[in-house]
Parts: sequence; C-alpha cells; structure tokens
Amino acid sequence: MLNVIDDTVNPVEPFLRTDRMPHIWCPGCGIGTTVNSFARALIDSKIDLQTLALVSGIGCTGRVAGYVKLDSFHTTHGRAIPFATGLKLANPKLNVVVYSGDGDLSAIGGNHLIHAARRNIDLKVICVNNLIYAMTGGQTAPTTPGHATTSTNPYGTFEPAFNLPHLVEAAGAVYVARWTTFHVRQLSRSISEAFQKKGFSFIEVISPCPTLYQRRNKMGDGLDTMKYYKEKSKVKNGAPTSEVGLTLNGEIVVGKFVDRDRPDYQSMMRAQYVESLGDRYIEEPEMECVCG
Amino acid sequence: MKADPHGVLTGTHFIDGDHACCEGALAAGARFAAGYPITPSTEVVERFAARVPMVGGTFIQMEDELAASIALQGGVWGGAKAFTVTSGPGFSLMMEHIGYAAMTETPCVFVDVQRGGPSTGLPTLPAQADMMQARWGSHGDYEIIALCPNSPQECFDLTIKAFNLAEEFRVPVMFMMDEVVGHMTEKVVIPPADQIEVVPRKHTHKSVEDYLPYATNGDMVPEMAHAGEGYKFHVTGLTHDERGYPNMTPQTQDKLVRRLQNKIRIAVDRICLFEEDGLENAEVVVISYGITSRVAQRAIDMAHERGLKVGKLRLITAWPFPDKKIVELAARVKAFVVPELNLGQMVREVERAAAGKAKTFAVSHAGGGVHNPEEILRAIVEASRC
Amino acid sequence: MAKGRVSIVVERCKACGFCVEFCPTHVLALSSAFNSKGYHPPHVVHPEKCSGCDLCGMYCPDFAIYGTKSAEMKPTDAAKEAKAVGGEK
Repeated sequence: MLNVIDDTVNPVEPFLRTDRMPHIWCPGCGIGTTVNSFARALIDSKIDLQTLALVSGIGCTGRVAGYVKLDSFHTTHGRAIPFATGLKLANPKLNVVVYSGDGDLSAIGGNHLIHAARRNIDLKVICVNNLIYAMTGGQTAPTTPGHATTSTNPYGTFEPAFNLPHLVEAAGAVYVARWTTFHVRQLSRSISEAFQKKGFSFIEVISPCPTLYQRRNKMGDGLDTMKYYKEKSKVKNGAPTSEVGLTLNGEIVVGKFVDRDRPDYQSMMRAQYVESLGDRYIEEPEMECVCG
Repeated sequence: MKADPHGVLTGTHFIDGDHACCEGALAAGARFAAGYPITPSTEVVERFAARVPMVGGTFIQMEDELAASIALQGGVWGGAKAFTVTSGPGFSLMMEHIGYAAMTETPCVFVDVQRGGPSTGLPTLPAQADMMQARWGSHGDYEIIALCPNSPQECFDLTIKAFNLAEEFRVPVMFMMDEVVGHMTEKVVIPPADQIEVVPRKHTHKSVEDYLPYATNGDMVPEMAHAGEGYKFHVTGLTHDERGYPNMTPQTQDKLVRRLQNKIRIAVDRICLFEEDGLENAEVVVISYGITSRVAQRAIDMAHERGLKVGKLRLITAWPFPDKKIVELAARVKAFVVPELNLGQMVREVERAAAGKAKTFAVSHAGGGVHNPEEILRAIVEASRC
Repeated sequence: MAKGRVSIVVERCKACGFCVEFCPTHVLALSSAFNSKGYHPPHVVHPEKCSGCDLCGMYCPDFAIYGTKSAEMKPTDAAKEAKAVGGEK
C-alpha cells in the first residue's frame, strides 16, 4: 500500500506552506534537501520563528521564499541582499535569512554580496550553488566550472569561475562554510551556528541540477550526483578558502572555513553615533508610529 | 494622525529645495532612507544622514541605485516609512524596483531631482525630461503617482503629501523635482507638528488567522502587515492571488493588474492637485509644472500686459494625468501652451486629452537652463491668434 | 520490534531515490507502483530495520518521507493540524 496513513507529522511540515505542495523543483533537485536542513536548524537553534524573515531573489532557489511558512519575500533578481539589508536596518530585532542561488547572489547580485560582507550586515546567507542558471535553461553562471557544457557555452565553459567562499571571506564575512546536499546534518549544524553569529554569514551548498547541469554534462541524475558528492567530498574545516575552488569532476572541499568575530554594521553604527552625538543619538526607531 | 514632533523642525528657514525635501520626509515620518550619491540630488540624503540619528532612524548609503531602491522597500516591510533620492541615471537604474513596489504594493517615495539627459547628460543643470520615465519606466501595466514642486516650500509640503499618498494607496510615489528647484534657496516655513497631517500605514487589524495579505475590503487597497509580527505572509513580484501566493493564470493577472491600475484611477480627482488662475475667461491656457511654471508665470504676466486672455494651469500632480480638467478646458479655450524642459513629454498628454478640441503648442527646451519667458510669450501670442 | 517507522506522503514523491540510497539500514526500495504524477514512490521493504533516524526525511527534496522514533509515535496536535491542512497522506 502506497499511502501511509499514520498520526505522525513530518518535522519540517510546520515550516512549510504545505498548501503550495508539491513544489516546482525537478526530480533529483537538491534545493528541497537544503530546506530540510534549514528547517532542522530552526528546530535545533530554537529560534523564535516570529522574529525570522526569509528573503530570496529570483531563480530556482529564489522560490524557497514561497514555500516556507515565515515572513518571506521573493524580491527581484540579484537584490535579495539589499532588500534584506533594509529589512534588518529598519527592524534590528529581526533575524534575516537570505536564501538564493549562485547566479542570483554572485552574478547579478555580486556587488551586493561583497558590500554586505564588507559592511558585515547581520544576515545569514544560504547560497544554493547548482553551478548553472537553472530556471532559465542551463546557461553559464559565474560558478560554472571550466570545461562544463552549458546552453550558452555549448563547446565548454572557458571563463574562470568564482570560488565563492574565497570571495566572501576576502570581502569580510565572519562565518563561511560549504557543504553539499549530501551533507544534510553538517549543513543543518552550520546554519544553526550561523544563527549564533552576529554578522555576515555565508553558507554555500553545492546542489544537483540534474535537469540542466548534470544531464548536459553526462553526469547522470540527481542520485548519481549525490553519490559523487559522497565520494569526492573532503571535509577540511579551516581550509584556506583560496584552495577550495571547484572543478568539473574533482574533489569538493567542504567544511567550516571561516569563523571569526568583528563588529557588525549596526554595532559599528551605534558606537559611532554614540561617540559623535552622545545622548543626542536616538537609538531605537519607534516603528509603531507609522501605523494607525 | 499628526506628525511625530521628533522629525519636525518647526520654524522659518532659509534652505534649498533638496534640504526642504528632506525635512518634508522627516516630518512625514520617514525613518529609513537608502541612497546613492548623484548630482543634483545628494543634498537630500546628506541632510537626512545628519538629521536622522537624532530623530530615531537609519540612513544607509548603498553600493548603487539598484540596491538603494530595493533596500528602502526592505525598510518599509520592516515597518519604516522609507524613501530614496536620485537623479536621471540613478532613476533609470531604479525602474525595476518601481515596478516591484507597484506590484507588491509597497508604500514608498522615489525623489528624482531631474537633470539633463540622456545618459550622463548635464549633471549639474536642470531638465524635466524624466516625466514619461516616471510614468512608464518599469515594464508592465501599473500606475504611480507623481508630484512636481516648484519651490523649496513645496519641496517640504509636497514631500509630506507624497508620503501620505504612498501610504493611502500603497503605491510608489515619484517626487519629480528638478535641479533648479532642488538648488534654489528660499524661505521655508515648517509648521508645528500638530498642524501636519500624516497618513499612517494601512496596517491590518485582522488576526493572524484571518489575514490575507492581498485581499481588499471594498476600497481596492489591501491592508499591510510587517515582518516580525507573526503573520507569516509572503510577498512576491510574481503575479499573485489574495494570499500573496504566485498564481500565473490570465485570470489572476487580469484581476491583480486591473486593481493596481484602478485603485489609482478611481481616485484621480482626489489625487490630482493643480494651481489655476484666470481660467474663467481664458482663451489660451498655459500648462506647466515644476520650475517651468515660475518662468511661465512671467510670460503670463507679460501676456496680460498686452491684454491677452491667458489662464494658468499648473500641474502639481503630473501622474495620474488630470484628463478631466483638460477635457473640460479644451471645450472652451482656443489653445494650450505647454512649456517644459524637454522636447515634448507632458504636452503629449495634453494633446491626447484635448483630442483636437483645442490646439496645443509645445514650447520645448532641451534642458541645461530654463526658458526665456519671451519664448513662452511668443507661443501665447501665436496661440491667441489661432 | 523496530525502533522507528517511516511515513511516506506518496503524492509529493518525485522518485529521486535519495531516501532509498542513503537509508543507513536499507529499509526502503522504490516501488513498482505509480503515484498520480507517474513517479514510483519508495515503499518499506524492511520495516523491522528502521531506526527512526529520519535521514530519509533530511534527504527528501520533496518533503515526502520522514522517519519517527517509536516513542514519538503518538498523535500530536501538530499532526492533527497537518492532516486537516494537507489531507494528502
């Protein structure tokens, strides 16, 4: 019998808009798997869901915002981080998560990514990296490894790819980790850790796009990709991010690469205003005043 | 409700239009601004950056105008009244987010201190050539509101109006200044807070269970919630239903887009503000806005000295366009004279609304300065003879 | 007596096989039957081996499967709520 009737509930269910299921992601796509790890992290970190807002850009991962039962914003392409910045600054009590894809965050949104890291805005960025533009049909992304075939590099990609952990570490992120969708528990733990950090945290999750990336590169389906992740991933916590670049078929270095502390944007802002303005500085905006 | 006194710099000031705009925003309750420096608009946010820490709010200088124009919307959904300020090239970059604000019904204000274009154009010199862009710049069908101040005092008064309209209709409001108005220094009177009417956010009073983010209750403007209040709502730039969920059917599209348009259109009479003078006996009506209206006033005075029957219609609201007013005038006047610092933008609207009932004379100017009143006078004389 | 149990929301499944592959105790196999979308969902072939670790649930990209420990297998308010909303189990 296929339909299992019982009285239990999927532990991720309370975090989902179940009335929107089934979701649009392809069979074997890893985005849903990352959402499981995210939901488990919410349980484990005991974070108050009412204070949690999730912001996505555009693309396959951008659809996460529409499936989570949180205050969730599906913004414009590349602009999840600046939207999230405004949200966090206007209401510092919010825990703001940015959940988006590699193309959205590092190509069209690349400028915002580095500047938010530089400012150390207190955002938790989860970047699902499927190495390609999936929603639009498999075009080259800034993360596509050399020699991979895409719809816009049909003879193989020849432009160098971004090494995202290296980029965001250089820009100033306080927490940088990378996992694959095979590493569900480690990913969940990293997300929980990021919630404990104050500042710009960046977690990259390498994820299969069987429909466009793996198929076009004859790498099998989602399950084959998961087996590849299992076989070729090496956990190297604290690895220098300059050495964790990805290649087409090579080793995937995963782990927590950066965990450091420096004051976040709002702490620096307060300190500066207090120093310059003393008691003339009015710290907490009184948001109630805009409502009738 | 009345303005929060923290933000109101009551008194008589001698300040320029950019600074007056900032004071208007503070008086209206704006407590968040995101900007990117661009001449001739930067003074607005420079003043905001200096003032807001002592009022209780935040200014952030973003990395570009794309970031500024979406960060401010994050601020709005976080509970603040918010705005951004720019000029032509930055305004061009903001277009996608004007569409996002229209689609998600995010109440906010975009200040555009217009300079000569296209492209980098004339960074320090005036134009009024972003008027059509303000209306049509983002893709798809939508409505916005645009106001055109012609003095520093109006930069204060109408900025408050802009925020109030944004909140009432949950729509992005374009505040269409120009370089001259922005940099002109005049007396600006800021009244006491208890004399400033401020429209509060249309916040829902519904329970978490009953709240539908995009359901309307007869007046076409849905009630809003903010992040962090427990509503767990979803906002998307995709075509969405009353729950805020993506729903990409022609039926949902039709219902949503028509409502976004109609919520403004049904209120046109209330939104459209103008200053008029001598329209009763006019044979010719000069239609102008912004700085050009002050030059046009000189031309009108000169025409009166010559005994010509000229009236004045100054558009304070440029969008939605006051079709009704033009139709009514076209039925009884000979002609309209429309001077503007562009090669013919709002004049097309006048022509469209007049529908051949009255002639239309454009007095174009490519920008970089203001008209010589004589040019406008010549058009008035010509129009009087037609 | 098994330490845990697997629950499957058949209609959400897209047959990626992640749960079958990564179940540490090999409880599952893809079924030959179809769901209404034409996918072959997993079914339980070795119920006695289930530890209730929920690794299947962690991997499932479609939120279509999850494991529960035996002690947890009692009705909860959340479960009732989910049934009322989803009704697809």
